[in-house]
Amino acid sequence: MSAEEMTMEAVKIEPDRGKTGALLSIQDLRVWFELRRFGFGRAGYVRAVDGVSFDLGRGEAIAIVGESGCGKSSLMKTILGLYRPTRGKVIFDNEDLTEKGTEGMRWYRSHVGYVQQDPYGALAPFMTVQRILEEPMIIGGVRSKGDRLKRTHDVMEIVKLFPIEDFLGKYPHMLSGGQQQRVVIARAMIMKPNFIVADEPVSMLDASVRVEILKLLRGLQETHNLSVIYITHDLSTVSYFSERIFVMYAGQLVEKASVSRLLNNPSHPYTLALLNGTSDPDAKNALTFKEVPPGEPPSLVNPPEGCRFHPRCSKMIKGTCDVKMPPEFLPEADHQVSCWLFQ
Amino acid sequence: MADTKLLNVKKLLLHFRTQHGPVQAVDGIDFDLDYNRAVVVLGESGCGKTTLAKAILRLLPRNVEKYSGQVFLSGKDIMQLTDEEFRLSVRWAGISMVPQAAMNALNPVLRVGDQIFEPASIHLGMKRGDALQLALKMFQHVGVPADFINRYPFELSGGMRQRVAIAMALITSPSLIILDEPTSALDVLTQANIFNVLKRIKKELGTSFILITHDIATSSELADDVAVMYAGQIVETGDSTRFFPQPLHPYSQKLMASVPRLRGEKKLEFIVGQPPSLINPPTGCRFAERCAQRFARCDQEPLVIQKDGRTVKCWLYN
Repeated sequence: MSAEEMTMEAVKIEPDRGKTGALLSIQDLRVWFELRRFGFGRAGYVRAVDGVSFDLGRGEAIAIVGESGCGKSSLMKTILGLYRPTRGKVIFDNEDLTEKGTEGMRWYRSHVGYVQQDPYGALAPFMTVQRILEEPMIIGGVRSKGDRLKRTHDVMEIVKLFPIEDFLGKYPHMLSGGQQQRVVIARAMIMKPNFIVADEPVSMLDASVRVEILKLLRGLQETHNLSVIYITHDLSTVSYFSERIFVMYAGQLVEKASVSRLLNNPSHPYTLALLNGTSDPDAKNALTFKEVPPGEPPSLVNPPEGCRFHPRCSKMIKGTCDVKMPPEFLPEADHQVSCWLFQ
Repeated sequence: MADTKLLNVKKLLLHFRTQHGPVQAVDGIDFDLDYNRAVVVLGESGCGKTTLAKAILRLLPRNVEKYSGQVFLSGKDIMQLTDEEFRLSVRWAGISMVPQAAMNALNPVLRVGDQIFEPASIHLGMKRGDALQLALKMFQHVGVPADFINRYPFELSGGMRQRVAIAMALITSPSLIILDEPTSALDVLTQANIFNVLKRIKKELGTSFILITHDIATSSELADDVAVMYAGQIVETGDSTRFFPQPLHPYSQKLMASVPRLRGEKKLEFIVGQPPSLINPPTGCRFAERCAQRFARCDQEPLVIQKDGRTVKCWLYN
């Protein structure tokens, strides 16, 4: 694709481009990291992502919720093409990414935006905002300086960094956390992607700024018909942002449902525990103790047999949960839960 | 009057010297705290919450411009003590602190048992064996398995390290513990666990807490009282049962409206603009610039107004 074509294409926002089906399809994805023994041989694998499948529709926002160490970052990095999957497929716009070489991945990356968790760490400290925003375009082949400048201005406008001229010459350390996160979002948007991965985009920000950034992202998602994967550990922000929630535990998705269904009718014991653990500001909270499942998430090197949550689960069925891995059951259409209780 | 309270802070002031002028990080703080109660200090980053904790504990950097006011601990003005007296009788013995990111505050080259008995051996004059016994008892209080005492910090998970840090703060049985963002880097379930631990300590040992956080939702797990800080000053204090449903100060109202909630629909709002620089804070009400309800009088410094046992620093309630 020539530079001209690329610019032309990017100017118009065409999320569908005539194609049908899901924008992104993850099929039985496994990402295992080898553990090497000192000297020779391998000691085993860290099964960071172990059998994850889902479809992401065009213009749909989903949230992946899980604790640290559950594999959500590995899943995200594999989707971004930073890790190669051990097994399984990542299909974007009907193209299998696992078969793509360097050129193919460059094509893919110009369609994907990435919003990092820590805005300060994600921005090169020695680059001005203008340079930060130009970089993806230089790599993506937007040759004309004029085009680049125009697009920089456009994107600064959509993330509402005003006055634009003042911000262009600034370095990241001169900006507040919220402004830095806006620059990160602007950079993710600069190639006019139709898909954005946001990894805990607001967890490092102050409460009052958090809402501002969430609203900005939600607005962008709606006006530009973006597909978004929102990765978080904070369930309370999810309902303001996405249509579906996937709950991840120890490398697997244990429950997938629409936001309202999951919040009103949580099924998996782990989802219940997460919901119970999340507080709303209420003085009554101080009067009671929270119910928390005992123990900690399992090691991903030697995950427990059967259901991975069974050692911590109060509803464990002996002889079933600790033996066989639960398949996905459907208590209702568009609600999948991997738990033997729903057999 | 002061002797009925555990802690009584009056006109506490801490300014730092910088190249651009004095930073008024803590600027005339008044609040008090009863025995066996927990107050949360809420506020955005940069509002001076952590500096307030450090000012109470006299943990000062070198560039102090001005440090004044009165802090009564059980009726005794601890600001009058010399540094050595303060170290011996207040730090650890009276007030201990769990610093921000406490899980990374442990010494990586010492076994956790060896570092948590240290305050006991220095302040209580205990022998190693007795102190380790006490450490084990504290581990029980915070829910750390006894055999972890010989482990190094890197062998523990984040939640366990946080518990160890709390055990260390408990070991000298202080009457007050200051917790600076105790759970901000932790997962939901670990957070819930830590707050269960803190509630149990409060109930069983009768300890008081100052909880410094910007996480309003989880702070309600422990709070009896709330103090809201903005730009180096406390703008509102009150008990949590009345504060959470109905904050008084316009800043507190906005802050509460920006908390995402899991249960019940609620429209989220955010506060336009940024907090003022603490080098040259505006005269008059410091929130006026961002306040939707400002009027002519807001150009003057607001009085602290008493309202049914709550205080609010805003002209609207005059």
